[in-house]
Amino acid sequence: MSAGRPPAIQVRGLSRRFGELTAVDGIDLEARAGSCLGLLGPNGAGKTTTIEMLEGLQRPDAGEIEVLGRSWRTDARAIRERIGVQLQETVFQDKLSVLETLRMFASFYAAPKPIDDLLALVNLKDKAASRVHQLSGGQRQRLALGCALINRPELLFLDEPTTGLDPQARRRLWEIVEEFKERGGTVLLTTHYMDEAERLADDLVILDEGRVVARGSPAEIIRSLGAESIVEFRLNDDVDLPEGGLEALGALPGVREARLLAGAYVLEVLDTRLALGSLIGWLEKTGTPAADIGTHRPTLEDVFVFLTGKHLRED
Amino acid sequence: MRLAELQQLTLVRLRLFLREPEAIFWAICFPLILSVVLGFAFAREEVEDSRVLVLDGAGAEELAARLERQGGMLVLRDSDAEEARRRLRKAAVDVVLRAGDPVDLRVDPKRPEGELARLRVESALRGGTAVAHAQAEEETGFRYIDFLFPGLIGMGLMGTGVWAIGFAVVDMRRKKLLKRFLVTPMSRANFLLSFMGSRFLFLALEFAVLLPFGLLVLDVPFVGSIAAFTLTVVLGTFAFASLGLLVAARPQTVEGASGLMNVIMMPMWLGSGVFFSYERFPDFLQPLLRLLPLTAVNDAVRAVMLDGAGLADVWDHHLVLVLWSLASFGVAMRIFRWQ
Repeated sequence: MSAGRPPAIQVRGLSRRFGELTAVDGIDLEARAGSCLGLLGPNGAGKTTTIEMLEGLQRPDAGEIEVLGRSWRTDARAIRERIGVQLQETVFQDKLSVLETLRMFASFYAAPKPIDDLLALVNLKDKAASRVHQLSGGQRQRLALGCALINRPELLFLDEPTTGLDPQARRRLWEIVEEFKERGGTVLLTTHYMDEAERLADDLVILDEGRVVARGSPAEIIRSLGAESIVEFRLNDDVDLPEGGLEALGALPGVREARLLAGAYVLEVLDTRLALGSLIGWLEKTGTPAADIGTHRPTLEDVFVFLTGKHLRED
Repeated sequence: MRLAELQQLTLVRLRLFLREPEAIFWAICFPLILSVVLGFAFAREEVEDSRVLVLDGAGAEELAARLERQGGMLVLRDSDAEEARRRLRKAAVDVVLRAGDPVDLRVDPKRPEGELARLRVESALRGGTAVAHAQAEEETGFRYIDFLFPGLIGMGLMGTGVWAIGFAVVDMRRKKLLKRFLVTPMSRANFLLSFMGSRFLFLALEFAVLLPFGLLVLDVPFVGSIAAFTLTVVLGTFAFASLGLLVAARPQTVEGASGLMNVIMMPMWLGSGVFFSYERFPDFLQPLLRLLPLTAVNDAVRAVMLDGAGLADVWDHHLVLVLWSLASFGVAMRIFRWQ
């Protein structure tokens, strides 16, 4: 549906340093018009620094950024008229009402959306007269999204939009973003939730320590792992694997690689039936009492674990 | 189109201010309460009669009669010189006299009442000139509240300007609202101007309460030019609003801003003649004190209200305020941190 439209975002060799720390280390990005590009990574991966450079809030130390075919250096105002931004954790003024907040943001733009349409879009019609401090977390996030959509943007930036929300509130927010995409809008999303990335993103870039570690559609990235499934188990608290156990697990028939992560043994498995059989045989042979043996299809989380040795979320 | 933006931003500032009960209290009620309390506390007392004790002896009757004719003295008699001294030490009497040539006079020179009594006695012995003195002073003197009220007007302008703007800006920075504004095409000058605009609207409200209270209830005189008064208030508001923006230009926390505000305002509370005249400070400080914005406001308001000054008499104070406004606003725009 986006054939022929130039990319909404094009980034080459983007870098940003803070003193000794290189937060973003030479990354390339492209967001196709009408698609959702997701930046997935753990805290500190450089997602927010990257998105803030794209939003014109931070200057890159190196690299080229083109947003909607324009450059921040020469066309900042024109870009701002055409983008919508939801920052991570903006706190609106408690003592203003929803309506007053939206009216204020509307006044910043040349052609704002009618406030009534906007209230309907973000499902806050009943709350128009409520003060911001009376809103729930999900309602506040929808107000932030309303402010981001007020100028009918072509490109929407969402920085961890559902962090801290309950599952129902998250789904309601995703529906609004999907509606925006259906009407041809482009979305740039950062998240550390793999379910959010899988649901919203057409293309994904996985970041770790400022570098791109994988890119492609969610399905492609999972397929790139080459694993049929993931087998996980735990040991009882007072038990350890025998000497060289991890290497032995990795060498079992049907298993490609084994890792120990946060107390769990994680096997990347090429043939599930073969691997489960050989694993149970090995545990019995070595007399290792294992608990909670489970298997699941590979997810983005597993890809991240096998690429970096870390979990996306450390909590 | 940009005007709608300025209008919305100003409206929002005004709403937020009016929805903050503490702000209303500090801006309007506090100066009122302060002027009433201090007005009563420092209300001019009637000057009391001096308590003059004349020791018995030759010529005592004649001396006592002469003092009583002079007035302003309550003449007491005693025969015991020791007892008289004891009463002097206890400040039960202000001066002890023994008739003779010259008259023997005992007084505690560290007590103002003693000095006053001595002057009255000396004046009575010389002739009746003290009466003329006293009358001349009474005609030019102002009550303390007359001095204080203009000072409170200036202090109120400074306080609400610096606090209301400073805290609001820093709070928005802390909440990342400034950063959120930065990704919109909002004009940054409009944003800063909206603080000025809302201050002016609120100013009208402030003065609609404060000024009638001062003139009608406290009976403070207003003899000068209304235009000069209005211009002083307007320029003062500009100067303090700019100062508020300057103070708020960089701090990340409300605590940091609060410390900075106190550092800036404290010298003016003390040195700009709010509660007492800055002429009590050493001479070398005076030219510096006169350059402070609050001194300029206080001097100009007092000159207009009490001395009947017009625009031409206070132009130098106005110039000081204009320079403060331009310098503070210019620097604030330059160093302002949006995120």
